[in-house]
Amino acid sequence: MPAPHVTLRGVTKVFAAAPGGSPVHALGPIDVTIDSNEFFAIVGPSGCGKSTLLELIAGLTDATEGVIEFEGRTIKQIPDGVGVVFQEDACFPWLNVRDNVAFGLRETSIESTDRAKRIDDAIAMMGLHEFARSYPAQLSGGMRQRVCIARTLVAKPRLILLDEPFGALDQQTRLLMGDEVLRIWRETGATVFLITHALDEAAMLADRIGVMSARPGKLIDVVRTGWPRERDSRIVEREEFGAITGTLWKTLRDESMKTMGRMTASR
Amino acid sequence: MSRVTLYQVTVIGGFVLLLEALCIGGVIDKVTMPPPHRIVVDFVRLLSSKAMYPEIAKSMANVLLAFALAYVVGIAIGTALHGYRTLRDTLDPLFATYYAIPVFAFYPLFIVMFGLGDGPQVLIGFLLGVVAVIVTTLNGLDRVPSVLRKTALISRLSPLQTALRVTLPFCAPYLLTAAKLALAYAFIGVIGSEFIMARAGMGYEIGFAYTNFDNATMYPLILLILLLSIAMNGALSHWEKLLLARRGQA
Repeated sequence: MPAPHVTLRGVTKVFAAAPGGSPVHALGPIDVTIDSNEFFAIVGPSGCGKSTLLELIAGLTDATEGVIEFEGRTIKQIPDGVGVVFQEDACFPWLNVRDNVAFGLRETSIESTDRAKRIDDAIAMMGLHEFARSYPAQLSGGMRQRVCIARTLVAKPRLILLDEPFGALDQQTRLLMGDEVLRIWRETGATVFLITHALDEAAMLADRIGVMSARPGKLIDVVRTGWPRERDSRIVEREEFGAITGTLWKTLRDESMKTMGRMTASR
Repeated sequence: MSRVTLYQVTVIGGFVLLLEALCIGGVIDKVTMPPPHRIVVDFVRLLSSKAMYPEIAKSMANVLLAFALAYVVGIAIGTALHGYRTLRDTLDPLFATYYAIPVFAFYPLFIVMFGLGDGPQVLIGFLLGVVAVIVTTLNGLDRVPSVLRKTALISRLSPLQTALRVTLPFCAPYLLTAAKLALAYAFIGVIGSEFIMARAGMGYEIGFAYTNFDNATMYPLILLILLLSIAMNGALSHWEKLLLARRGQA
């Protein structure tokens, strides 16, 4: 039986009231265990707290209640061994590709030769070696996201958190980037936690998919895909792929309608 | 040469030629202003004689000191204030109305406090520039995307490291604008103060030449201040253009 890598027990998040408003119960309670080397995805309606959940695991924000453990230790601040790729362009526009990637190693005490090799490896892994001296403004959106992934990989994280990393990309690029992420997952042996609004993306990439309810977001279902570890975007041609996406949508439809109803009511 | 540069050269050249014609034609009399070609000849003579070098050096040292102080202190205060919302909200009305206060009115007070040396001039240059730098720094910091701050957190940078490695580099175009403003205010503050109550410096020499109808000294010195100010601002603008081009914002 695989070892648990990340464990959430009774995790809730309530945001303090804005002036004149009331507190917002954004998330939970959530109980889930993610195994070592597992690819776990979360889908849910807009505003259900998916990104808040990722920020809780990353240690970027504190849970109101409950416990989050990474490698058996309770997360109280940003833990060592965790890398995050955000949806937004997080490239530093004043640094070239190589310096952007190197930024991920800046604060660690690594010898300069090993440092250079790790930077070169991360750049090569993301197919960016020809663009090492280019600036982000000279790259496409997909390539800039590759730079961000390389910056995360260079620190050799044991847990990679992906917050809708392909949200701003076109469908073809998303499929190809999905292949890249699957390859990285296999080659690094890291655990991957993916937040996405795209059901097909979750169905293609993940071993298990957690489905969240409308706010306050709770896990209402966990779907196991049953894909082999060696897989790529061609699995979208399989019949099971359609069945998994259909199952996800069946669970999610009512929750999405609740969110839409809330949005309509608030207008 | 780009079309815009050509237009700029044409406008400036046309204005100088118009002045030349008005001066030579007697519309502007010789006592008021010599023709531009005469100013240029006097300018070369003044620089060749080296007589004004100590005055130029004094003024420029004070301008650069006022600029450096306003810039460094302004960025430091702006960066610190950005982290304290309540303090910033408290000071915002002061920043908004700051330039309605005639800083030169405090010059006698500064002389009482610091004497007739360079202190009051540098202080006025500093006071004129520092708030522009604070406001521009805050403006730049407001525009740092939250994802870059999160990236700094994930990289476990301290607040000081975050400022030096993430937020301030992101704000570099704003900081260059702040530098241009601080430099312009430093020139105004220092040269303006020298006019009022100093015993040396370019401003003092211009004032002295003016009271003695010494156009052969006054106009070349005014031209020199113009050229220095334009050259420094031009260099900063060029740097800003390179920086924006690298970021795809040119």
